[in-house]
Amino acid sequence: MAYKMLDGNGAAVEAIKMAKVQVISAYPITPQSTIAEQLSDLVATGELKAQYVRVESEHTALSVATAAELTGVRAATATASQGLALMHEVAGMTSGCRVPIVMPVVNRGLAAPWTLWADHGDAMSERDTGWLQFYCQNVQEVFDLTVMAYRIAEDENVLTPAMVCMDGFFLSHSMQKIDIPDQEAIDEFIGPFVTKNSYLDPEDPMFVCNLTGPDDFTEMRYQQKVGFDNSIKVIEKVQKEFAQKFGRKLQIIEGYRTDDADVVLVALGSMCGTAKYVVNKLREQGKKVGLAKVTVFRPFPFRQLREVLGGKEVIGVFDRSAGLGGQGGPLWSETCAAIKDYNSDIRHYVGGLGGRDVSVRTIEKIYNELLEIKNGTRKEHTEWIDVKENAMDIRQVLKNA
Amino acid sequence: MQEQQEKLTNKPRRCRVLGPVAYEYTAANTGSWRLERPDVDFSACIKCGTCEKYCPTNVITIKKDQKKCVEIDFNYCKGCGICANECPKKCIKMVPERSEG
Repeated sequence: MAYKMLDGNGAAVEAIKMAKVQVISAYPITPQSTIAEQLSDLVATGELKAQYVRVESEHTALSVATAAELTGVRAATATASQGLALMHEVAGMTSGCRVPIVMPVVNRGLAAPWTLWADHGDAMSERDTGWLQFYCQNVQEVFDLTVMAYRIAEDENVLTPAMVCMDGFFLSHSMQKIDIPDQEAIDEFIGPFVTKNSYLDPEDPMFVCNLTGPDDFTEMRYQQKVGFDNSIKVIEKVQKEFAQKFGRKLQIIEGYRTDDADVVLVALGSMCGTAKYVVNKLREQGKKVGLAKVTVFRPFPFRQLREVLGGKEVIGVFDRSAGLGGQGGPLWSETCAAIKDYNSDIRHYVGGLGGRDVSVRTIEKIYNELLEIKNGTRKEHTEWIDVKENAMDIRQVLKNA
Repeated sequence: MQEQQEKLTNKPRRCRVLGPVAYEYTAANTGSWRLERPDVDFSACIKCGTCEKYCPTNVITIKKDQKKCVEIDFNYCKGCGICANECPKKCIKMVPERSEG
């Protein structure tokens, strides 16, 4: 065991290195670039015995990684934003062929407007492509969840690829002191890559991803659904084992001071750290508030969320993606579906888009609104919590009349 | 529909495989897409060849000297039913290919 100063990208690279991947094909994109760069450095210096394939796009990056893993080695790639959008077509191939790749996704908003900064719009657009999705609160969780993701994704009852999502810059470029276990302990925990399903072998050729008619397609999708159903138990098992071995306990849904809370906020990602700080601050003022931190978004852990939210009258849900055209964002929709039979007032908040900081003030404002709703002194909530008043007039051009 | 053909290799055990895998590209056999098959009443057939002309996949051959005078290649017949619609004697019936109907 050793402590290292790492940013989120560095922590992801450390986990990928310790998982001893043998093929890497990554295409650099802000804010993921340093993952691609550091992995290529590790291969160049010989520290990581792997083949680094320079590809011309993310579409190819994931294609190469998927095909490589089918030959029987652990393969790695990583991406963000537009790169993830470009991977979309292949993402379904990876999951449908049951290739358990673990891929860090450095969350960044999708264009337009062109942005480099964090929001969950990119990963949320991929939420139904058949990948597991884990959201990290801090840099230590980036390392821990990536390590755990290998065990979970590669489990023979799961065989589903995993995205480990970290907020761009807030996590990817923030340095923290990280506890890195010994290589032997990681080897013991993850184990060598073993092919558990279809494979590419010239000695025993077979079609993978052949044309499948209406007779079999439903069954293939159902197999994936069963994989997701199985994954919850596997995640619980792996988290427990991880806690025993490395001393850090992670939960599928973490209820932070929710037991006696009057109002609870449901949130994803790095903002959960800020939210916990606000919870503690407001508790000192005697306000009973709590946080439900969603670590696992796919599969959506509705049972665990129901437990945490049971009996809560007023619940806020914070989406860091716009959920355009929907009644609310993806986290809100899932939360509503999970507790549809509860008599709770569920309020939807959108914020933190395109890198806008989800500050202490923003979260404090939400909690105070929720408390006012609970006390009956407020009816309407501010759905777009951090939008500027001049939103509709923010750009002007000169035009000949 | 797509059968996993066992192959003589060093893997003697039949294993469960998840996802789309096959040893044979049977989906190229477009007959496997068929939901209904044409059934010809040979006693009523006048061997005019209308079905043969209209068949969009060219799988019908008229054999005037044989009792089963309409030969259909079911490997490639998709079961579109055009032959049954065009038959002037209405002696082609479309019958469900699968029991669930």
